Amino acid sequence: MKRWMKYIRPYLPYFILGPLCMIVEVIGEVVMPKLLSVMIKRGEANPSILTPGFALTIMGIMIVTALIMMAGGIGGAYFGAKASVNFAADLRKDLYTKVQSFSFAEIDRFSTGSLVTRLTNDVTQLQNFVNMLLRMALRSPGIMICALIMAIFTRPSLSVVLAVSMPCMLLAIFFIIRKGFSRFSRVQTKIDALNNTVQENITNVRVVKSFVREDFETVKFQNTNSDLKQTAMGAMRVMIFMQPINTFFMYATTIAVLWIGGKSVVIGGMNVSDLTFFVNCVTQILSSLMMITMLLMTSSRALASAKRICEVLDTNSVLSDENATQKQKAVTKGEIEFKNVSFRYYKENPEEVLSDISFKIPAGATVGIIGSTGCGKTSLISLIPRLYDADEGEVLVDGVNVKEYSLENLREGIGVVLQKNTLFSGTIAENLRWGDDEATDEEVSRVAEQAQADKFVRSFPQGYETMLDQGGTNVSGGQKQRLCIARTLLKKPKIIILDDSTSAVDTATEAQIRRAFREELTASTKIIIAQRIGSVKDADIIFVMNGGRITGMGTHSELLESNAEYKEIFESQTDPKSAEER
Amino acid sequence: MIRSLEQLQKQYSRSAAPEKRGGFGGGRRGPHGPRAHGKPKNVKATVKRLWGYVAKYKLRLCFVLLCMLCSTLSSLIGAYMMAPIVNKLTAVAAPDLSQKLSAVEIFADRVITGLQGTVQAIFGKTQTVEVLVYIFCALLILGSVYLIGILSTYLQSRIMLSVSQGAVEKIRNDLFGRLQRLPVRFFDSNPTGELMSRFTNDIDNIDVMLNNSLTSLVSGSITLLGTFVFMITTNWILTLVTVVFIPIFLKGGALIGKRSSSYYGKQQAALGAVNGYMEETITGQKVIKIFNHEKNCTEEFNLLNDDMRDKQIGAQFWGGVMGPIMGNTSQISYAITVGLGGVLVCLNGFSIGGLTVFAGYSRQFSMPINMISAQMATVFAALAGAERVFQVMDQAPEEPDKESAITTEALRGEVVFENVTFGYVPEKTVLKNLSLYAKAGQKIAFVGSTGAGKTTVTNLLNRFYDIEEGKITVDGIDIKDYKREFLRGQIAMVLQDTHLFSDTVMENIRYGRPDATDEEVIAAAKTASAHSFITRLPQGYQTRLEGDGANLSQGQRQLLNIARAAVSRAPVLVLDEATSSVDTRTERHIEKGMDALMKNRTTFVIAHRLSTVRNANAIMVLEAGEIMERGTHEQLLALKGRYYELYTGKKELA
Repeated sequence: MKRWMKYIRPYLPYFILGPLCMIVEVIGEVVMPKLLSVMIKRGEANPSILTPGFALTIMGIMIVTALIMMAGGIGGAYFGAKASVNFAADLRKDLYTKVQSFSFAEIDRFSTGSLVTRLTNDVTQLQNFVNMLLRMALRSPGIMICALIMAIFTRPSLSVVLAVSMPCMLLAIFFIIRKGFSRFSRVQTKIDALNNTVQENITNVRVVKSFVREDFETVKFQNTNSDLKQTAMGAMRVMIFMQPINTFFMYATTIAVLWIGGKSVVIGGMNVSDLTFFVNCVTQILSSLMMITMLLMTSSRALASAKRICEVLDTNSVLSDENATQKQKAVTKGEIEFKNVSFRYYKENPEEVLSDISFKIPAGATVGIIGSTGCGKTSLISLIPRLYDADEGEVLVDGVNVKEYSLENLREGIGVVLQKNTLFSGTIAENLRWGDDEATDEEVSRVAEQAQADKFVRSFPQGYETMLDQGGTNVSGGQKQRLCIARTLLKKPKIIILDDSTSAVDTATEAQIRRAFREELTASTKIIIAQRIGSVKDADIIFVMNGGRITGMGTHSELLESNAEYKEIFESQTDPKSAEER
Repeated sequence: MIRSLEQLQKQYSRSAAPEKRGGFGGGRRGPHGPRAHGKPKNVKATVKRLWGYVAKYKLRLCFVLLCMLCSTLSSLIGAYMMAPIVNKLTAVAAPDLSQKLSAVEIFADRVITGLQGTVQAIFGKTQTVEVLVYIFCALLILGSVYLIGILSTYLQSRIMLSVSQGAVEKIRNDLFGRLQRLPVRFFDSNPTGELMSRFTNDIDNIDVMLNNSLTSLVSGSITLLGTFVFMITTNWILTLVTVVFIPIFLKGGALIGKRSSSYYGKQQAALGAVNGYMEETITGQKVIKIFNHEKNCTEEFNLLNDDMRDKQIGAQFWGGVMGPIMGNTSQISYAITVGLGGVLVCLNGFSIGGLTVFAGYSRQFSMPINMISAQMATVFAALAGAERVFQVMDQAPEEPDKESAITTEALRGEVVFENVTFGYVPEKTVLKNLSLYAKAGQKIAFVGSTGAGKTTVTNLLNRFYDIEEGKITVDGIDIKDYKREFLRGQIAMVLQDTHLFSDTVMENIRYGRPDATDEEVIAAAKTASAHSFITRLPQGYQTRLEGDGANLSQGQRQLLNIARAAVSRAPVLVLDEATSSVDTRTERHIEKGMDALMKNRTTFVIAHRLSTVRNANAIMVLEAGEIMERGTHEQLLALKGRYYELYTGKKELA
């Protein structure tokens, strides 16, 4: 609750006024029938004093009451909207800021998809709940309490009937919900299964057709479908008791009240108008009780969302620069050193992704890293800009442990072109300027030239102003990779890391990028992860990795001599005949 | 560089506008978007067709109607029973009040008195006051009426449940069954997300309509009519008051509804922008971190979020104001009724009991109106959904086989393309006048840029698409003369996009041939070099794959796909970028297996990596739908043309 106060406090007036307005409406709801009963009582006691004037006065009061109620209702809607929307907007803002502070480890842990749902679906869910709470939560209990008080005041002895029927009704509802709910969660599983079957079938349509399995798939679906139907029927069969049971209690109570009350009227001591008013109260009390249980039912959904939101808010990034000692320091040279570094993605996982890695790269050198998938290449380079923290050992940049830099300065000095890269919707120029907000057009096109992107960008009708779709789906894979490289170059980093970033670029273009790197980025340290030997052949030093260790280090020719693995990779990529030809 | 709000809105409301994509768009699990949208175009036809699904439950529906009538009448009569009771009690309490009873009141009184007579005849005149016996009888009637009402409510929901679930099940089956018969072309133009929303949103809406809305509509109408009848028989003057308020309700409702829906639209656009922005930036979160872009994103997000704040308040307010305004207008009508009723009591001798029940009716009169108008929206949404579902069902299935279509013994696999011209859409030809000849058992490779038509060639072979010009024959017979199922059964495909099913590894491989034994499956896995990683999985071959094999690497998924083709005995094999994600070293290791797989089969290979096609009997270099060069590896290298450039890395494949 304390957590939510943060989002309530700035809008506290709305949070108070909203329910207050609702209470106005609630009181009116009970007063109206009371006014009727007052009038009837008069006619009943002595018909002669029930004058048209009196009736019209009552009517006037009632109309005014109705208007006040309307004002209350409108006010309630207004303040409720203000309160719930602001609450959600602030919450959303905090969540978004929180996610921005997450390190790679937290993003991996939640998965991007789940984060998106939490920030969209769950927040909306909670917002609706708050809105409903403000407008309904006081309403139903309010009506119930008011009506209950009125009822007791009117005829305490009759209220005994309510004392019996209310708990009985609650018990019955509780029983139905408990039975129904467990069945409904089973229905949800079946719905998921059905959707999954359909989704799979549609995406796999070519497989289904090419193996002629349409009939098999249809039968599979029909079974899933009838399974869903049976389960859903099972759940609904319980839930349809809800309405009859509720009406049963409502009617039974009414009849009991009429009988007992009727007797008192006949014996004397009770007015007919009080009796009808009491019956009215009974209806209001019991239907409010029903509403309250409904409210509780929906709140369980919102609570689940709240829990998922809290999980995000409660996660604090394990990777922070709070304890950094040299926050002012920037990367100036680009020297990299690993000292006995070991790393795992999940602490509970016994298998190390990197074990005991040590090396030193002088500033300005070009390093190639090669090895089969899953050998730890990407993990290795992730430690340099502190995307993850090493578990053991030290990673040093310019002789200083990366943990001592401020994250901003460290990452400012290091450019990484990720393997799974993203372009954002916006123009090409906007995307490239991610590297440097203030870059001039000339600078932008210069880095694009270095990344061999300038030519194709200019071939687009709108050149650098071409809009990219979300995820950059309107450029080819190779073009996307080159734009990502250009974007990183614009940062003018002291260390530049390419993680398999030219896999879709043809060898000739790649060679040109390499040349641009060699000739124009002389001051930067360059690390290149690649599948193709050709991409790293000319590096000053090549690391061969396997199973989280560096199994070979040297130049191309040295490794061909000394490293069997490197040799095998090399051979798998060269055609013996064309090698002879060259 | 922070973009302005206008720029951001333009960018993101569009990218996330749910209406455009319809439902949950493009396969992305978009959480935004209203539950229902659109209006049905042809209500009559849609209703008629939906009727077809429930028509077989005609008898049950009649019974449901009867139940609805019973339960609605019971609540109306039940409410009315208050009148004689109150009248009787008033007569006791205030004997000098003259009351003029309406015809119905008199009738009810007679019925009760009749019962009273019977009761007294059975039990004899008791000591109790006669009034109490009267009330006891009235309550007895009331109780039985209520009981009938409760029973019929239950029966009605119970029967309707079986009807609606039965109908919905049938609709789902029909829809799915039809999907299985639709040509591949259909799936090209309809994104998965779009089709999924037929199964989820649209059918859900139909379900809700059949289960709730229809019965609510009918019982709402009966209540409205019944209330009106009771009101008019009780007191026609007061009825006039209520009638006067009806147009006010309708007009007011429409006015507020219009206001709220315009704000709602603005809110949805803003919400779409916020959600679209969040989706994109959270997906690209890692890049944002690398570029220290967190602050920029937060600021842009705040712009959008604050904009939505304003619009949402408007939408929420107008949405929330409907209830209080309508509800309290109905209170005003109640007030006037009560006031005038009071006047009538003293001037006209209108009975107190009559006033009590009338006041009750007048309070409830707006309820069925509100209910009906609310349900109409649901009904229209459901009809629009049904229309979309039927649209899919009405799609033309794959052209049926010719009557003379044949199946033969297993094919040898001699494939000939003769001057084939083809385009997915008429105005854009993808393949131009393509001819090729593959002898049984040969390996033919296709090389070329993306979009050159390589995959199209293989799509034509198994008749995913039918050609307009030219001829394709297998073993000398036009492929259109084979039964389609037979033809497809003779061609095993390993597709570019790897797709697996949520099932065990064993069943996924067996998909290639349902009657394969476990041993054959394992042998196929060995051929595809998948055996060793499968045995390392937690449950080996019995490991269940979830979500398209999310727990496997792309390379491993490709190996499973190859195993699936290996288990089939098809004489023709198509490998479309089958090993693109397998690293070169592994590829070298599985070469032997691949050779075994291709042995004695006519194989079409499409590959980006040219080293994998070197040993083909013929290599076709496709460019813009035409074969530019053809020959063996050596011949093409000697030609020093396009293939030579590609092979030596001088040119890039676009």
